[in-house]
Amino acid sequence: MADQTLPTSAWPANAVPSDLISPGRKRLGRALMAAATLGLLAVIAVQILFKTEVNTIGFETWRPVVYGYVLWGIALGIGQVLTRGEDGQRALFLLPALLFTIAMVIFPTLFGFYIALTDWNLSAFSGRKFNGLDNFWQMLADPYYRNALFNMVLYVLAVLVEYVIAFGLALLLNAQIRARKFFRVVFLMPLMLSPVAVSWMIGKSLMEYRFGPAATLARQLGWENPAFFSNPITARISIMVLDAWTFIPFMMIMLLAGLQAMSREVLEAARVDGANAWQTFWQVIFPLMLPVSVTAIILRIIFKLKLADIIITVTSGGPGGATDSVSSFIYREYRDRSNVGYGTMLAMAYLIIIIVFVTWLLKFANRFVRNVN
Amino acid sequence: MSVQTTEYAASEIRSPASFFANRVFIYGALVFWAFICLFPIYWTITTSFKTAVDVTQGHLIPFVDFRPDWKGWRSLGLSPDSIFRTSTVRDEFIKRFMNSVITSVGASSLAIVIGSLAAYGLTRYRYHFAWFKNEDISFFFLSQLILPPVVLALPFLVLYREVGMLDTRIGLILLYTLMVLPIVIWIMRDQFNSIPVELEEAALVDGLSIWGAFFRIVMPIALPGMVAAFILAMVLCWNEYFFAALLTSTDAKTIPVMVASQTGSQGINWWSMAALATAAITPLAVIGIALERYLIMGMTAGAVK
Repeated sequence: MADQTLPTSAWPANAVPSDLISPGRKRLGRALMAAATLGLLAVIAVQILFKTEVNTIGFETWRPVVYGYVLWGIALGIGQVLTRGEDGQRALFLLPALLFTIAMVIFPTLFGFYIALTDWNLSAFSGRKFNGLDNFWQMLADPYYRNALFNMVLYVLAVLVEYVIAFGLALLLNAQIRARKFFRVVFLMPLMLSPVAVSWMIGKSLMEYRFGPAATLARQLGWENPAFFSNPITARISIMVLDAWTFIPFMMIMLLAGLQAMSREVLEAARVDGANAWQTFWQVIFPLMLPVSVTAIILRIIFKLKLADIIITVTSGGPGGATDSVSSFIYREYRDRSNVGYGTMLAMAYLIIIIVFVTWLLKFANRFVRNVN
Repeated sequence: MSVQTTEYAASEIRSPASFFANRVFIYGALVFWAFICLFPIYWTITTSFKTAVDVTQGHLIPFVDFRPDWKGWRSLGLSPDSIFRTSTVRDEFIKRFMNSVITSVGASSLAIVIGSLAAYGLTRYRYHFAWFKNEDISFFFLSQLILPPVVLALPFLVLYREVGMLDTRIGLILLYTLMVLPIVIWIMRDQFNSIPVELEEAALVDGLSIWGAFFRIVMPIALPGMVAAFILAMVLCWNEYFFAALLTSTDAKTIPVMVASQTGSQGINWWSMAALATAAITPLAVIGIALERYLIMGMTAGAVK
């Protein structure tokens, strides 16, 4: 891996040519990297042999391998500088983040795909058994998983409503108003609050059936039986409202930035041409805001796809799984049944669905924005 | 919604009546939404000073509707009369609070350090990493943003158990760093792109090394961006619940996990729940008010070209 990183200089004028580095230094660097690699491999090998009970010398946990990886990364960095001089120093900017992400994402994901193919219940005594695609077939037949996926579609569609509200708020904040900073801080507030605290503050107390103020208000408005979380449809809507409350400020801020970046001349021209406010909005402001809008919506959808904490704390998926998101469903699959193998299969399937969906979304958005402009 | 965003010079107002209606609508909408944003917070804070009767009768305004009482805060050991006495709940709370502080500050700092370095490298140099070019490496980092926590949670549960990092703060810090790294790189790339390359070229001519130029010239200029990224990362880490709920049990539990576990168990112990929720949201509410400028800067980085 090391010798494949070959950053070439963006400013060749000032780079130290690699032939200025003495052969001794180069050899030292190579030796260091080789020694580190061998050391890491040796630790892993010893550990594998120990865990498979082939030999008796080894460590209790795999932690030495983690230290080994860190040391290997440091040695790799030093080796780069020693062998490649200034080019190596440039590689050093990127190496920490790259090694970190690879260790934290690629390896666990691959490991996850392996777990997904096993029958593994952490609370059962039997341990891990390879069972091929059994989890996959079980997943296809699982009505609760399908239901959770369907809920995700609904939750994602709710983003459009959030977008409309956020756009309205951004327009309000962009109007000529007094105390703009005050309102901006207030409108931003919900985003700061921890979703778990919000679940209690709104979901469990404001919307409480007997004496929550929201329930009282609903009664006065003529809703006889304001049980927000007892029937599937109102429960879903309540979850959407809770989530919208925390995340609308996020879109609002992006849209506001877009509005403020808009040139005054265009609006000026629209007014000179005699457009009224309605026409100005639909024919000038909205089209100009489209790129920012698309960015805001896509980012928001990406966050929405991770939705879990509110559902876990407010309804724990109920009534009857009606409000489950995929994440909260898998969470309970693990918490209630310790079913690591099956849960991971569900998560991996979700990952693939998300990747396909987001890729399609980005392509679609690209074409969409280009066509309009 | 047809809200007028254009400014009207005095001469162009069509009629005083429509101008007035317009103002009323705008301020009405603003106040309405401010109410929606603030009422839950107001409700939580006042509820923490209520007794059972005040809760069930739905009293709203302190001193008018009901007499404030320290009951909720006493149960946390944080009321004036109990603050100097020993309290197991308070010790528990302070432990969770410190866990939250350590994990979120630790993860944000780590993400800022490695994220800024990577973002700087990616904006200034050309890399070839096997068949990957700069654009591919950037995309690799940013694509981590779509990775849902649930995909990593179970593999990490198993891996952390194997390396003995389950229920440790360092384990959480590493995961949170991973979670905020794409956002930090996104913000910092935007920052470094806005700094002219000529500055560093001049520094290099004056004999600084590349790392010297980075630390002495570029870092000071990019500091506001770093603060923005740091604050945003802090907010995300402080509020994170999913990983913390799965990967911690006794030692490294954070505030959100504590709040969530209380909601489930204690039924209608409203005053103490409200006090706990208030204590959990206060730090970020203060940060939000004080550093709003940086937050907005972080959130809008790269959104508007």
